[in-house]
Amino acid sequence: MFQRLPNASGERVSFTIDGRAAEALSGDSVAAALIANGVQTCRATPVSGAPRAPYCMMGVCFDCLVTIDDVGNQQGCLVRVRPGMRVETQNGKREIER
Amino acid sequence: MSDLKPRYDLAVIGAGPAGLAAATLAAQRGLSTVLLDEQRAPGGQIYRAVTQTPVKNPSVLGSDYWHGADLVGPFRDSGADYAPGSTVWSVSRSLDIGLSRDGAARVLPARHIILATGAIERPFPIPGWTLPGVMGAGAAQILLKTSGLVASGNVVLAGTGPLLWLLAWQYLRAGARIDVILDTTPRENWRQAMPHMGAFARSGYVAKGLKLLLEVRRKVKVIGNVTSLKAEGDGRVQSVLYRQGDGAEQRLPADTLLLHHGVIPNINLANATGCAQNWDEAQRCWVPTVDAWGATSVEGVSIAGDGAGIGGALAAEHRGRLAALDALHRLGVLDRATRDRDAAPHREALDKAQRGREFLDTLYSPAKDFRVPQDETIVCRCEEVTAKQVRDAVKLGVSGPNQTKSFLRCGMGPCQGRLCGPTVVEVIADARGVSPAEVGYYRLRPPVKPITLAELASLPKAEDEIAAVMHH
Repeated sequence: MFQRLPNASGERVSFTIDGRAAEALSGDSVAAALIANGVQTCRATPVSGAPRAPYCMMGVCFDCLVTIDDVGNQQGCLVRVRPGMRVETQNGKREIER
Repeated sequence: MSDLKPRYDLAVIGAGPAGLAAATLAAQRGLSTVLLDEQRAPGGQIYRAVTQTPVKNPSVLGSDYWHGADLVGPFRDSGADYAPGSTVWSVSRSLDIGLSRDGAARVLPARHIILATGAIERPFPIPGWTLPGVMGAGAAQILLKTSGLVASGNVVLAGTGPLLWLLAWQYLRAGARIDVILDTTPRENWRQAMPHMGAFARSGYVAKGLKLLLEVRRKVKVIGNVTSLKAEGDGRVQSVLYRQGDGAEQRLPADTLLLHHGVIPNINLANATGCAQNWDEAQRCWVPTVDAWGATSVEGVSIAGDGAGIGGALAAEHRGRLAALDALHRLGVLDRATRDRDAAPHREALDKAQRGREFLDTLYSPAKDFRVPQDETIVCRCEEVTAKQVRDAVKLGVSGPNQTKSFLRCGMGPCQGRLCGPTVVEVIADARGVSPAEVGYYRLRPPVKPITLAELASLPKAEDEIAAVMHH
């Protein structure tokens, strides 16, 4: 669980998480935006199905993999959230068509 | 964002202090220079988001953080090209850089390349470290810098090292809450660090470090001599189990557990390029082998900053300038005498910045129990391989980490060994009763970051390459 500091300022960005409307700040990465919106798990592993969430936030661990605008296996911590972006949590392996 | 030229005299990879300083100096001295960076804004991790952080109160992140702005300004005025959002997945011995930007790949040739890939947090494998809610302390610091986000609920910090205490201090400054700090610094480290105390006392870090430690200890409960850690929870972390010394196991509620026991060089790109590397016993990690200018065993490739051994942010910028001066010399712009003369002030500043490093390395050297985890602990997060599986493989005759790949797929997931390599090396060395120097490290190959077939297909092709495929 994370919360925004009361005086953190910035432009609001509207996007969706698994089809639900969500809001972020313009400098947020997708991974930070998920965390700011209380998303606890962003994927299930392909090996055992265990839940995972962002661990390193700097492009190293690959635990923040999500589907962004229909493209799977994106490192959420390396992509900046954009207005209208569609972010989906991932279950297992990347799907064949995206 | 500048459009890239077809080729450059110098390409610098990574926009932290080393990369910013190297690119600035080289461009000021007339080299056509490009700075390629995976992030969207300059600063690296230490000065992450320094140009755009939503945390506007300067006393929260501290004056050392805001020094990063002093590097970004001159860089912007230097004339160097800047390509943020560029993932470099290959550097060849012929000095061609494979990179991806906005979903398209390209190959960029350069006459000299400086790798400034910095540091990553040393993997901290404990039972339950893969649970959501467990993160690196560095990750929490990035969330604070980039997004003004702080952990809420029951927050536990655990581990050792300067960054752990800095994060705690920044959290308190920001008004965030920390329940407990579980300090895993081994007691005997103090005795071993004492001979290095003199140099540390003459460094600029003592007064600042002590003030920070005292401020944190005044406000947060610190439990010292912690010898075991475990994260537990159903679907996410709910509690932390720890042991103090030989004492009984204790349980603490935790919504967030932030782990840290130091940083190590991010060596994947250098390793895949074929740069020779050596085991650093003091810092307990593999480091690329470089000379006093950062030059590697691969002609035309240098490394500046923490990527060539941990020295900290201030040292990194001086190492960047030294590497840039050497690049100017190698490319025929500066003769040797001029290079050496111009380097003198940077070398002096580097010596000063590195003073006291042995003390920090020794004091914060992580305990063996946290480097060589127990059987049940997951070592490879990607392929979910445990320490026991690695030990069993050693019993079958596996002598080094490259064989664990074929036996266990350990190190073959998307992170390409970044989160398991150091641990696998330590576990194998321990099981065999030899030094990690003898065990070696993963032999990494490009692409060092996953790229899609579509990106590869977007690489420009020459007429004869197309013809070669079409007529067969």
